[in-house]
Amino acid sequence: MREVTFAEATLEAMREEMARDSRVFIMGEDIASQGGIFGQFKGLADQFGLERVRDTPISETAIVGAGIGAALGGLIPVIDMHFADFLGVAMDEVLNQMSKIRYMFGGQANLPLVLRAPDGVTRSGAAQHSQSLEAIFMHIPGTKIVAPSNAEDAKGLLKAAIRDPNPVIYFEHKDLFRRKGQVPDGEHITPIGKARVTREGDSLTVVSYSRMFTEVEAACQQLGDEVEGKVELIDLRTIVPMDVETILASVRKTHRLLIVHEAVKRGGVGAEISAVVAEKAVEYLDAPIVRIGAKPYPIPFSPPLEREIVPQVDEIISAIRGLLNARI
Amino acid sequence: MNKGTLLRWYRTMMRIRVFEETVNEKFLAGEIPGFVHLYVGQEAVATAICDLLNESDYITSTHRGHGHAIAKGADMKRMMAELYGRETGYCKGKGGSMHIADFRIGMLGANGVVGGGINIAVGAALAGKLLDNGRIAVSFFGDGASNRGTFHEGINMAAIWKLPVIFVCENNQWSSTTFYRNSTAVEDIAVRASAYGIPGLIADGNDVFDVYEKADEAVKRARKGGGPSLLEVKTYRVKGHFIGDPEKYRRREEIMEQLENNDPIKRFVQRVTDENLLSSEELTQVDQEVVEEVKNAVEFAQNSPFPDSSQAYEDLFVEDGVQ
Repeated sequence: MREVTFAEATLEAMREEMARDSRVFIMGEDIASQGGIFGQFKGLADQFGLERVRDTPISETAIVGAGIGAALGGLIPVIDMHFADFLGVAMDEVLNQMSKIRYMFGGQANLPLVLRAPDGVTRSGAAQHSQSLEAIFMHIPGTKIVAPSNAEDAKGLLKAAIRDPNPVIYFEHKDLFRRKGQVPDGEHITPIGKARVTREGDSLTVVSYSRMFTEVEAACQQLGDEVEGKVELIDLRTIVPMDVETILASVRKTHRLLIVHEAVKRGGVGAEISAVVAEKAVEYLDAPIVRIGAKPYPIPFSPPLEREIVPQVDEIISAIRGLLNARI
Repeated sequence: MNKGTLLRWYRTMMRIRVFEETVNEKFLAGEIPGFVHLYVGQEAVATAICDLLNESDYITSTHRGHGHAIAKGADMKRMMAELYGRETGYCKGKGGSMHIADFRIGMLGANGVVGGGINIAVGAALAGKLLDNGRIAVSFFGDGASNRGTFHEGINMAAIWKLPVIFVCENNQWSSTTFYRNSTAVEDIAVRASAYGIPGLIADGNDVFDVYEKADEAVKRARKGGGPSLLEVKTYRVKGHFIGDPEKYRRREEIMEQLENNDPIKRFVQRVTDENLLSSEELTQVDQEVVEEVKNAVEFAQNSPFPDSSQAYEDLFVEDGVQ
C-alpha cells in the first residue's frame, strides 16, 4: 500500500490504462496544457502526447457527442466534463444518444465511454459549480454510474470504468481530490456494482457514498463506543447498477436504515434505496427509514448558507443516535 | 460516367423510391407502427454521396434516414422488418423507422433528434484519424439541424482538428412544418462554412451528377487530410414531414411543380435518355428487379415473428464483456 491523493490515484489509473491500451484517450477542456483544474491530468500530455490527451473547445455538446462517435469508431474515450454541472450542456448526448445507442440499435454497438464528472461542494463554488447530480442520471436507463469515496476506489473504479464496454459516468467529488488515502500496489480494480461494508454492526445500517461517506465515517468516529458493533456502514461505490443485495442483507440484520448523500434529498438516490427496502424488506424494519440529503435549493455561495443547505456531520450524528434509540 | 456507375446510381435511387412508396402504402394500411419520415425526392443526395464512400467509411443519418441506409448498402429486408417491429429487423424491433443502423457497413444510425448525428460523425472521423485507418465520416442532416448548437460545436471542432468529415446539409426547405427561410437567417446555409474557415459548397440536390461532383471535392479533401467541408444540397421534401402530415402549411401547387419539373429520378432518366447513356430496356430491367426486391422485403417482414417479450430485457448493457 502507498499513500497518494485521490487525484493522484485517478492519474495512476489513467496512466496505467493508457499504457495498457492504445485505444484509450482523453479529451476535455484545459486538460493537456493545464493538467486539469484539480491537477488530475498533470503530466499526461507529456507522457502520451497531444493526440491522446486533447484540449477541446468549450463545447460540451461536441465533446460528448464526439466521444460517442469515437467509441463507435473503435476508440475508448475518457471525457472530462470539467464540472458535473456542465453535463447539462451535453444533456441530449447523454440522455438521447449515449444511453440509448446500444439498446435502441438492438445491441449492435458497444459504447465504451467514460464521462468524468467532478461534482459536489467545495470552496464555495455556488449554484452552478457545486451540484451532485447522480439521481438525474440514475433515472436514465443505459448508463452506469459510479461515485468513489476514497483514493483506492478512485483508482479501482476508474480502471473498471475504462475497461467496461458500456458508458459509465464517473462522479468524482471535487473536495476529495486533495485527500490522501492508501492505494494497493500493482494492478487494482474495484468492480462496478459492488458496495463495500466498511464497518460491521447489528443495530443500524448506514448507506452513503462519495464525500458524504467520509462525513459518515467522521460522525461514527465522534460517536466512538456509542456506535461500536452497532452501526454497519456501507460505501455504495456504484449507483447503477446498485448493489441492492448488500443493502438488503444488512438491513435484514440491523433492522434500521439511514441513507446519507450530498445530493438533494427529494427524488435522490436515498429515495430509491428507501423504496427498494420498503418493497423487499419492510417487515424487517424496526424504525422508519431516515434519509439525509441537501435541502431542495440551489447551493448558495456564502459559507454559512452553503452549510445550511448541504448535510453536516452534526445532522448525521443526531440521526444515528435517534435511530439507535428508535422503536416503531 | 461509365454505364456501370449510371446503372448503379439509378438502381440505388429506385431502391430508395420504391422502398419509400411501399412503406407509405403499408403504413397507411396499418401494417407499420410509429412515426415515419420519407426520403422521397431526395434520393439523388444519399445515392451520389454514398457512392463516393467505402463500406468502412462512416455515415450518421437523421429521422428521415431510410435513404441513407439503403445508399450505404443496408439490407432492405432487415430494414423493412425493423419498420414492422419484427425480431429479424436491424435492431430486433427495438428501433423502428427513426433508429435504423448497420454498424457493419459504417451506418452509425438514424437519429430521432434533429442534429443528433453531427457530433457522432465528428467523433467517428476522430477515430479514423487517431487509428489512421483511412476512414472518413459523412453526417447527413437537414436545414433545421443547421440551427442547432450541435452544428456549430461540431463543425468548429472538426475544423480546428482538420478531421476527415463532410457535413452534408440537405436543405429540403421545410424544417418540419416551417419554411426554412422563416427559421434560418441566410438563404444559403453553405455560407456558414466561412465562419469555420472551411469550404462551403452548394449542389443541386436533385441532380445526382452535380451532387456527385461537389461531394467528390469534399471527399477528396477529407481523404487527403485537408479537413472538413460543408456541402449544402438544395433539394425539396415532396412528402409531408411524416406520413399522415395534413400539410396545411404549404400549397399543393408548390409540391406539384417539384414533382413535375424537379424530380431527381425523372431528371436522371431524361438526361441519360437524351444523351443515349442508358437504354429504356436497361432502365426497365432495373425497375423490375427493384420492385421484386422490395416485394420480397415486405414478405420477409410480414412473415417474420414479433420479438418475444423477454427480448425487451436484452441489449441494455454488454454483460460480462471485457473491453
